[in-house]
Amino acid sequence: MNSIITYLKELFGGIKTLLKGMMVTGYYFVHPRSIITQQYPENRKTLQMFDRFKGQVSMPHDENNLHKCTACNICEINCPNGSIEVISKQVEKADGKTKKELDTYIYKLSMCTFCGLCIKVCPQDAIVFTPEFEHAVFNQDKLIKTLNKPGSSLKEKVKEPINII
Amino acid sequence: MTFNIYDLTSFNQWVDKTLYDSLPAFWAMIIEMTLIGVAFLLFYALIGLFLVYAERKVCAFIQNRVGPNRVGPYGIFQTIADFIKLLMKELIPINKADKFLFNLAPFIVIIASFMAIAAIPFGLGLHAIDFNIGVFYVMAVSSLGVIGVLLAGWSSNNKYSLIGAMRSGAQIVSYELSVGLSMVTIVILAGSMQLSTIVEAQRDGWFIFTGHVPALIAFLIFIIASTAETNRGPFDLAEAESELTAGYHTEYSGIKFAFFFLAEYMNMFIVASIAATLFWGGWMPLHIGGWAGFNTVMDYIPPFFWYMGKTMVVIFIMMWFKWTFPRLRIDQLLKLEWKYLLPINLFNIILMALIVLLGWHF
Amino acid sequence: MEDLFIISDAIQEEEYIINMGPQHPSTHGVLRFKVSLKGETVLGVEPHCGYIHRGIEKMCERLTYQQVIHLTDRLDYLSAHINNEAVCLLVENALQIEVPERVKYIRTILSELSRLASHQLWWCAFGMDLGALTTYFYGLRDREPILDIFEETTGARLLQSFNCPGGLMNDIHPNFIKRVKDYIVYFRKKLPEYDELLTGNVILQERTNDIGFLTLEDAISYGVTGPSGRASGFACDVRKHHPYSAYDKVEFKEILFDKGDTFHRYKARVEEMWESLKIIEQLIDNIPEGDFVVKMKPIIRLPEGEYYQRVEACRGEFGVYVLSTGDKYPYRVKFRSPNFSNLSAINLLSAGHKIADLVAISGSLDLVIPDIDR
Ligand code: SF4
Ligand code: SF4
Repeated sequence: MNSIITYLKELFGGIKTLLKGMMVTGYYFVHPRSIITQQYPENRKTLQMFDRFKGQVSMPHDENNLHKCTACNICEINCPNGSIEVISKQVEKADGKTKKELDTYIYKLSMCTFCGLCIKVCPQDAIVFTPEFEHAVFNQDKLIKTLNKPGSSLKEKVKEPINII
Repeated sequence: MTFNIYDLTSFNQWVDKTLYDSLPAFWAMIIEMTLIGVAFLLFYALIGLFLVYAERKVCAFIQNRVGPNRVGPYGIFQTIADFIKLLMKELIPINKADKFLFNLAPFIVIIASFMAIAAIPFGLGLHAIDFNIGVFYVMAVSSLGVIGVLLAGWSSNNKYSLIGAMRSGAQIVSYELSVGLSMVTIVILAGSMQLSTIVEAQRDGWFIFTGHVPALIAFLIFIIASTAETNRGPFDLAEAESELTAGYHTEYSGIKFAFFFLAEYMNMFIVASIAATLFWGGWMPLHIGGWAGFNTVMDYIPPFFWYMGKTMVVIFIMMWFKWTFPRLRIDQLLKLEWKYLLPINLFNIILMALIVLLGWHF
Repeated sequence: MEDLFIISDAIQEEEYIINMGPQHPSTHGVLRFKVSLKGETVLGVEPHCGYIHRGIEKMCERLTYQQVIHLTDRLDYLSAHINNEAVCLLVENALQIEVPERVKYIRTILSELSRLASHQLWWCAFGMDLGALTTYFYGLRDREPILDIFEETTGARLLQSFNCPGGLMNDIHPNFIKRVKDYIVYFRKKLPEYDELLTGNVILQERTNDIGFLTLEDAISYGVTGPSGRASGFACDVRKHHPYSAYDKVEFKEILFDKGDTFHRYKARVEEMWESLKIIEQLIDNIPEGDFVVKMKPIIRLPEGEYYQRVEACRGEFGVYVLSTGDKYPYRVKFRSPNFSNLSAINLLSAGHKIADLVAISGSLDLVIPDIDR
């Protein structure tokens, strides 16, 4: 007799747990409002990325096409992956002195691991992370970017250059 | 000729008579058979496409997703796009596979599921062949598909496929019993194996209501066992994608894979329509004894829609199962059958026989 | 090629070898199990790893201590923050720097959030291994807000690199506290659903109970740590026994079971989610004011010697060993990754069970393959 009772108990206990699970899935089936899927390409216009999102490294320019990079190379040294290459040139100033200035700032997005070290160590705060995330391209060369805009030049004396951090 | 949506018998007789009057008997028969065959093929394709779409939408809503929504409004053309993709895919030849059996297997699976449709009453007069042993025929034919599964597993020359096929064999051999016995319960109640008679007997109340507890138990067992028989989750051990990648159809690609895929959905449709026919009255509208007004209102809905509605509800329950439960292990699967379903089923048959003998049913 | 497919002992009669992975749905990555079977019964499992070996330990030898951190993200990517923390703690302890209380609190909260996210992902993947596909989406749905919290504060969802020697890269975002509090309320409502859907389910019980026993002795000798070890009664919670960061200021229970089967490994993780919620709740309201970083020298040189720091990562004890010669680069770095030790027990656990059980067992060990191969 006892064994029959255990048998029935097992049976109905099992069915009860199954029904419980079906209640959970059934609840979501009749509550389509709980769907949180975002319709990505359609919501492009309203899509707001978080302001700290590490999309890619970029160099802000002001309205006069001036950036803050002094071509000090600190970011290049600190990058663990060699994804930054700072090419500088010697420029003759009006007073006859020559001065080092940024020629091209090459950033290889494909090699970047978004560790944030370059931005942290830059004494001039010349580079920042921007939240672009649509990086898909057909050709890998397109991932090698020049961050300083053509014709841009250094914004004079924003901050005394200090050493790293 | 009268075309009455509630009773297609006269329409059928008219078609029959016109054909036999204008053509020699042999050709008339050939044309009739072709007509029915084409109709079934179309029906089969449409139902297959619809069920795949329905499954994807149902599972998406259960899983808090949106589901296919790119091709057409609400993604209704998604399955057509998928089908075109499958048609265009390369059929990958398998080294050291048994070529003949490998190619034969998908056809066996799909033919088995196709044959069963013939005996199913879709509505009053919408019935290809009304066997006097309809229940028996449907049961026999729908379980032929396992041969295809076994062949597919064996001929693929792949260990995963073989394990899947063996599991499927063990599973269908045992669950066939439960399916059969739960059908027998209803046959006892109806006193006939002819599907049209069974439907007719439910004019004043579906068996699930008039048959008391035994019919209810038989229905539950039928749903569980037939889910297992169609290799659907939680009994999808034969394809168990987290264990055997894709089980018996691992090596199939393109249209041959599509055959297996379609057959799965058709089998689901067939068992659901058998469940609807045996337990929920097939195309019979819902009648409640004494409520004349209610009954006439119900009669206004054409039988075909009643039939489809009931089938879809059963299919939905099977999908709900699949998307809720974890998969069983092979020994637990067999334990469930031999320890629970079979004894309960045998006991249930005795109970039903007693009820029928004593005349306790409505 | 042929000899690749022969398991160490000679193949017995009726035994056959099946190759699970490196491309297999249940190994969650590029891990390969060479399984020898008799019918459906597993006779032995031989894990083959190395398919995602990147030589991280060797790479670390040419990187400064700040640069090493971003590589530790890529070990166990689901406990990236905790791995970062281990390296930072090592450097801080070696240089005897006391970080501000604020840093300790934030680090602890972020670690526990990582643990929650990781256990959620494990839960849904475990359900999927057993064939309950719906759990996958519920788990991911609940994990999403945590990733948003991470994204808002650290700028990345998975590989945060938010720690640096001496503190954090940035202060927490102004929305951080509110979001975390909202999340705790939200998740306290959702967690019981996990139990209803999966834990209580009779099929799951049948599938996992009394499967894959790991005794306490074996857990210790194989070095199985984390929830998997604690399910066998191995009291190995680093947070409890060697507290770091703010773990000495919070109260939580070390989840210990003594049965050590698959179900208790499952249970231990689900219970740990409750404990993580408790820890976060205790800390979130009283994050002290202060700096988020202490000034460090730009070039960090550890004094000559050997250093070891351990933390409790999501899957067990994560250790960093550094041998320094006083240079700015470490001379040798070794990571003690929890998954590698946990994986080693797989043969012991699954021999004699069915194929389906092997999948359940490897799921219950919660393996992250890049952490095994490094
Ligand atoms: S560290 Fe800053 S200023 Fe120096 S080169 Fe890099 S971006 Fe320019
Ligand atoms: S984020 Fe890191 S990897 Fe990327 S460029 Fe900056 S330093 Fe290099």
